[in-house]
Amino acid sequence: MSDFNLWYTLITIAVIFGVLQGTCAMLIYVERKIAAYVQDRIGPNRVGPYGLLQSVADGLKFLIKEEIVPARVDKPLFILAPCIAIFAAMLAFAVVPFGPTNKPGEAGYQFVIASGVDIGLVFIFAATSLTVYSIILGGWAANNKYSFIGGLRSSAQLVSYEIPMGMSVLGVVLLTRSLNLEKIIWQQAEGGLFAWNIFFQPLGFLIFMISAFAECNRLPFDLPEAEQELVGGYHTEYNAMKLALFFLGEYTHMITTSFLMVILYFGGWHLPFLAEVDGFWLLKLLIFAGKMSLFILFFMLVRWTIPRFRFDQLMALAWKVLIPLTLANLVCVMVVLEYRLSPWLLLPISLALLVGVGWIALVPAPRKAAA
Amino acid sequence: MPIQEQDVKWVVEPKMGLVESLYLPAIFQGLKTTVKHMFGPKMTQQYPEERPRLPANYRGVHRLNRDEQGRVKCVACYMCSTACPARCIDIVAAPSPWADREKYPETFVIDELRCIYCGMCEQACPCDAIELTSLFELTGLSREEMMFDKEKLLSVFDQTVAAGTDPIRTRAGKLSGCSEPNV
Repeated sequence: MSDFNLWYTLITIAVIFGVLQGTCAMLIYVERKIAAYVQDRIGPNRVGPYGLLQSVADGLKFLIKEEIVPARVDKPLFILAPCIAIFAAMLAFAVVPFGPTNKPGEAGYQFVIASGVDIGLVFIFAATSLTVYSIILGGWAANNKYSFIGGLRSSAQLVSYEIPMGMSVLGVVLLTRSLNLEKIIWQQAEGGLFAWNIFFQPLGFLIFMISAFAECNRLPFDLPEAEQELVGGYHTEYNAMKLALFFLGEYTHMITTSFLMVILYFGGWHLPFLAEVDGFWLLKLLIFAGKMSLFILFFMLVRWTIPRFRFDQLMALAWKVLIPLTLANLVCVMVVLEYRLSPWLLLPISLALLVGVGWIALVPAPRKAAA
Repeated sequence: MPIQEQDVKWVVEPKMGLVESLYLPAIFQGLKTTVKHMFGPKMTQQYPEERPRLPANYRGVHRLNRDEQGRVKCVACYMCSTACPARCIDIVAAPSPWADREKYPETFVIDELRCIYCGMCEQACPCDAIELTSLFELTGLSREEMMFDKEKLLSVFDQTVAAGTDPIRTRAGKLSGCSEPNV
């Protein structure tokens, strides 16, 4: 807390609030455009040049629409649920660096709302776990069977995928010996391109990405809000501003996990030759934003590529595949660190683990004995 | 008769190999398709600027045809009205002021909102008096406005003749019918 400056923090909070909401609005437009392009059509193109003002129109629509609260809902919970969604998503962003950061402990302005939090990673996972509340409350309060089932499915999915999400980054934490996100970036930036954690933990990255998809309720894991199955799931009964808050929460969550993926595995703001440790700060900011956008683009592309998981397949994937894989990954990292082997050994080990899992999956299930 | 053994083709699901059980290669293949479509040509037709290319026999709004002397071809035989499945044609016949015809329609009203645009009236007419044009953009501010009477239908004729958008049957040449002079 030595260099805590109230004004810097307040200004950062204000700017980030505005930028995040603006980015979420832009992301809605980008999502529609990408969805359209993948489906051989042009997306919104009427509202402004190339449809760029579509988000403004959407925002206005959400603001001026009539707020309908159905008669027999549990009113306090009904109104609380979207608020928790956006609260949790924004809270998690408090410790995520979004721009150039210095070596932790050094003076200077860091581009984080709350810099120097040594348990940054744990804080983020704790805050994102709060979104389960919003979904359960939303599903229950809506007094509607479809919402209820959607809420239950979603809470089961979220809780199940929190475990692989937390455990998959333990490899990175062990290699860096810290949970502080700024230290993780600093270690990768100092080491250059080949110190990026993706080379040492490709399996961890894969598992984290899959869990992030599940946490954000994005296809292929969006059974809770699937329109074909559940008429809209837990957001069936919401409209106007409350629905907008749910969507904002979902997109903010996507942005946070994209930032996390870049920070943990792809070196944060570091890019060889362009943004080295002593590079220009604006360049670092832009590179960070660019890498994050690539991940968001990937999120959106995958939505139109893979069919949705059925609920039992989803749960089986989390509990029977991802959790054992993360455990095995963790054991490999511990072995490598204990016997002071080269961390590059982790790359072939990770690939071998992945192929091993695929091979184990092919072993036919034992037949049940006839009753 | 029972299905022959040799006609049956057994389809067996291919066994999942190592590559398939990893899922990742299949996902990459899917992503390749997705990205290919993202950069491919788009099918969207920007409507008010780009008009659709209608097929030749398109059934749009009706018109009452005129002959060379500018008289309405219809002889009020009620065949279209009888044939119409939606019963949207309402005709009142009257003795015609011209010598070569017995009757002509005093009023001829089609309720364009009831009409199902099936073209049966066009097929039923012996005089090629009623035709369906290629105009499809019908809008109106009230239900009464959309009940087209004889003057309106004749005006559709004048419009389409002026615009050169005659339906295909007219463009095919000499029409048959009771209103043509006997050949």
